[in-house]
Amino acid sequence: MTVDTALLARHGLSSIEYDRIVASLGREPTLTELGIFSVMWSEHCSYKSSRIHLKKLPTEGPRVLQGPGENAGAVDIGDGLAAVFKIESHNHPSFIEPYQGAATGVGGIIRDIFTMGARPIALMNSLRFGDIDGADGARTRRIVEGVVAGIAGYGNSIGIPTVGGEIAFDDRYAGNPLVNVLCLGIVDADALVKGSASGIGNPVYYVGSKTGRDGIHGATMASAEFDEKSAEKRPAVQVGDPFMEKLLLEACLELMKTDALIGVQDMGAAGLTCSTCEMGSRGGAGIEIDVMHVPQRESGMTPYEIMLSESQERMLLVVKKGREAEVERIFQKWDLHAAHIGEVTSDGRMRVKDRGTVVADIPNSALVDAAPVYDRPTARPAYLDDVQQLDLASLPPVTPGDALVELLGSATIASKRWVYRQYDHMVRTNTIVLAGMGAGVVRVKGTSRALAMSVDGNGRYCYLDPRRGAMLAVAEASRNVACAGATPIGATNCLNFGNPERPEIMWQLVEAIEGIAEACRVLNVPITGGNVSLYNETNGDAIYPTPILGVVGVLEDASKVVARAFRAAEEDIVLLGDGSGELGGSEYLKVLHRLVKGRPPELDLDHERRLIDLLVRAASAGLLRSAHDCSDGGVAVTLAECAFDTGGIGCDVDLPPVNDRNTIGEVRALFGESASRAIVSVRPADRAALMEMAAAGGVPAKLIGTTGGSRLVMRVGGRPAIDLSLEAAERTWSTSIGRHFRGRAA
Amino acid sequence: MKFSIVVFPGSNCDHDAYHAAKHVLGHDAEFRWHKETSLNGADVVVLPGGFSHGDYLRTGAIARFSPIMGAVAEFAAAGGPVLGICNGFQILCEAGLLPGAMLRNRDLKFHCEHVGVRIEQIDTPFTSLAAKGQVLRIPIAHGEGNYFADAKVIADLEASRRIIFRYCDPRGQITEDANPNGSLNNIAGICSAGRNVVGLMPHPERACEPVLGSADGLVLFESVLSEVAAHGSVRTAAS
Repeated sequence: MTVDTALLARHGLSSIEYDRIVASLGREPTLTELGIFSVMWSEHCSYKSSRIHLKKLPTEGPRVLQGPGENAGAVDIGDGLAAVFKIESHNHPSFIEPYQGAATGVGGIIRDIFTMGARPIALMNSLRFGDIDGADGARTRRIVEGVVAGIAGYGNSIGIPTVGGEIAFDDRYAGNPLVNVLCLGIVDADALVKGSASGIGNPVYYVGSKTGRDGIHGATMASAEFDEKSAEKRPAVQVGDPFMEKLLLEACLELMKTDALIGVQDMGAAGLTCSTCEMGSRGGAGIEIDVMHVPQRESGMTPYEIMLSESQERMLLVVKKGREAEVERIFQKWDLHAAHIGEVTSDGRMRVKDRGTVVADIPNSALVDAAPVYDRPTARPAYLDDVQQLDLASLPPVTPGDALVELLGSATIASKRWVYRQYDHMVRTNTIVLAGMGAGVVRVKGTSRALAMSVDGNGRYCYLDPRRGAMLAVAEASRNVACAGATPIGATNCLNFGNPERPEIMWQLVEAIEGIAEACRVLNVPITGGNVSLYNETNGDAIYPTPILGVVGVLEDASKVVARAFRAAEEDIVLLGDGSGELGGSEYLKVLHRLVKGRPPELDLDHERRLIDLLVRAASAGLLRSAHDCSDGGVAVTLAECAFDTGGIGCDVDLPPVNDRNTIGEVRALFGESASRAIVSVRPADRAALMEMAAAGGVPAKLIGTTGGSRLVMRVGGRPAIDLSLEAAERTWSTSIGRHFRGRAA
Repeated sequence: MKFSIVVFPGSNCDHDAYHAAKHVLGHDAEFRWHKETSLNGADVVVLPGGFSHGDYLRTGAIARFSPIMGAVAEFAAAGGPVLGICNGFQILCEAGLLPGAMLRNRDLKFHCEHVGVRIEQIDTPFTSLAAKGQVLRIPIAHGEGNYFADAKVIADLEASRRIIFRYCDPRGQITEDANPNGSLNNIAGICSAGRNVVGLMPHPERACEPVLGSADGLVLFESVLSEVAAHGSVRTAAS
């Protein structure tokens, strides 16, 4: 093998990194070893650009049972149970092959959850696409249809409900859509399974699909940006088989009920390579395998190809010696073939043989612990000075009613029913807040509790100010969970950014991580795991920096759950929180004025924490009939959404004026996106109790009007501003997305 | 009373049927793996929803060959109550226990949502406590629920009053708009000539508790419990 720059470039390795490989082995690597290093040291697997910064995230708390480092994090939810959850991206594959890219993203995160011993009970997703009717609209619609169908195809078949999520559209994602998927599972807290290998001589099993040539260098692909030739990377996207994964899921959970299992890890990115060395590394042991025993789908595969394949639906297990027959019997029941491919060794090395001949022999520590870590240079981007300037006085006047209709019909705000109707969001009969009605909420059978989840992030905010934008993402996800009545107890994050080798991108990443860390600390939501997706750019154009936060909360009494929609007419509407109606980075500016400017709203984390506490206490006291967080589109859009899906319960409100009574003051009151606010409705008899609770909790609360009527009536400081037919407004909101797809085949 | 819930590889509503029978209704329930050949003392057999064998061929086309299906056919022939929900309905069609087949939904998309379902006939073991014309609000969750059969079969089903459930609007009107998948004559569910085998695409087991948004599906389970209590259990060699 001649090692030249072309060979290293194909492996995504620098010459400095190559020298480190030689130093750690004490010799030149074989081609198989070079391939193994290239995937383990890829950005995707090694987190080499982000690792030193990820250490800043708070990962501990009284409820945390498992922090980052395992296949997924876990938190204590009471009754001896743990919630296991993690979010992961599948951005690059979903652009190249939307259906399979998204489907295998769902499959991958589900495996991460059941390898921890947990029964997966809910999926959520956060998606970003280009403008649905922009210049790239046709391509975007094809990607949207493929991604949604892929998520549906996998989740529906395997029988795990997709209970909610969020979608935003912006041309900055046209060439780099984001597909982030969160999965949550339940396990007895004392039955958590680890992905580690131990016990010298214990057999190592391979279970699941056969290994093919698909996905070779997928992890390396996900660690580079796109250009015109990206379509040539299609063979690096795998094909999902949800039926196989359903069998693996059931068989693994059955096996975990015995005590024959030592450890298990799925073969995701970097396949057999990653699972083998990581399991060995975690257990302080080595693993030796012979690739001749690995079930193969194609003939003539080399050890290099077998070790780097990312074929889906495969698991690596270490079981107790002497229990082989029992293990094999369980897999046979599910028509799965468990292949004995190797043994646990004592030497801390990953040794790969091909028909007895050693083809790779590497210390685990070289692959896992000695992977390069970069403190990449950062630089505040020059664009910020310009975009943070916002002159509200120069905006042309807009009629508030027309503005509300336009916002309700804009793709980011419009109803996502066309999407979530394709997801089975009810299977397993735990879903107690139906998709589109608020946070995702699933009850925990056998207990009185429920778990609420929300995934949130605002790329535009983060573009304008990554630190504050990231803090707002933590706050919004936590607030959404609290609006359901649940106490936020843990978080997972997916950091979607551009090329970290550019100092401006690296600055965004560091700012965002520090913002997340601060917000999570104050709001008491430790990060238990997550994923970093870098190089989301095409031809040098990066996406908006988009950290997505997934927050999980626990609702002590599931029967007290709250959703967004008004429940009855003639109930009181209360605005919790205050704020000056900030318009920086708002949907209003983007949709009505095509402007992405200003600074995102101020966030006082102590205010946010008090609001969250109040929402939880008020829900628990049974005071709240509905609750909805104020975010995209401000109070006006929030109120409209509270009135939608109610069968025709409108509202009549008078909003507090902002600053003065000129036109822009009215716009700010209606469409400003100040943080830490929620709209709740209460029975008139309960209003005083709520107001008292709010005052005691230090949360501003203002009665703004009542539910009922067939119109959306909003005044600002007593002056009429909006008076729309609820039915017409709801039609605009509910049909906008589907309209773009009518008559198109899947 | 004992519900036997058949589990095929890829069944995924098996736990939901079990939960409804055991924890909501408080009756005995047992999973029966598809490789078994006996129903182990079942009073009611449920073929649950899911994607048996991944539905990679035709829906239900492989599951019909499972060893347990012999026992199910025998139980059905003896008059035992059999309920096929969603994929279970598709399997009953493939097994020849019910006529017709399911095509892909008219718009080629999976639909998961609550729909209106009108009870057309009450002389089956699963609708005996319902009122004729009663409108249930029950979820559907399928990509292939577009019921199809040739004109003669449809005419026979209509003439013999074997169409048990139709998609309807909230007021019980049978309209094209209320038909979520393009099924002929808005058919949501049918029964066998003996009336004891019932298949439907909507999921009554997902609508047994108010906390889930509807308890309208309970009437199917309560009906069969009352029928078995009144007329006794069917026993076959394999049941």
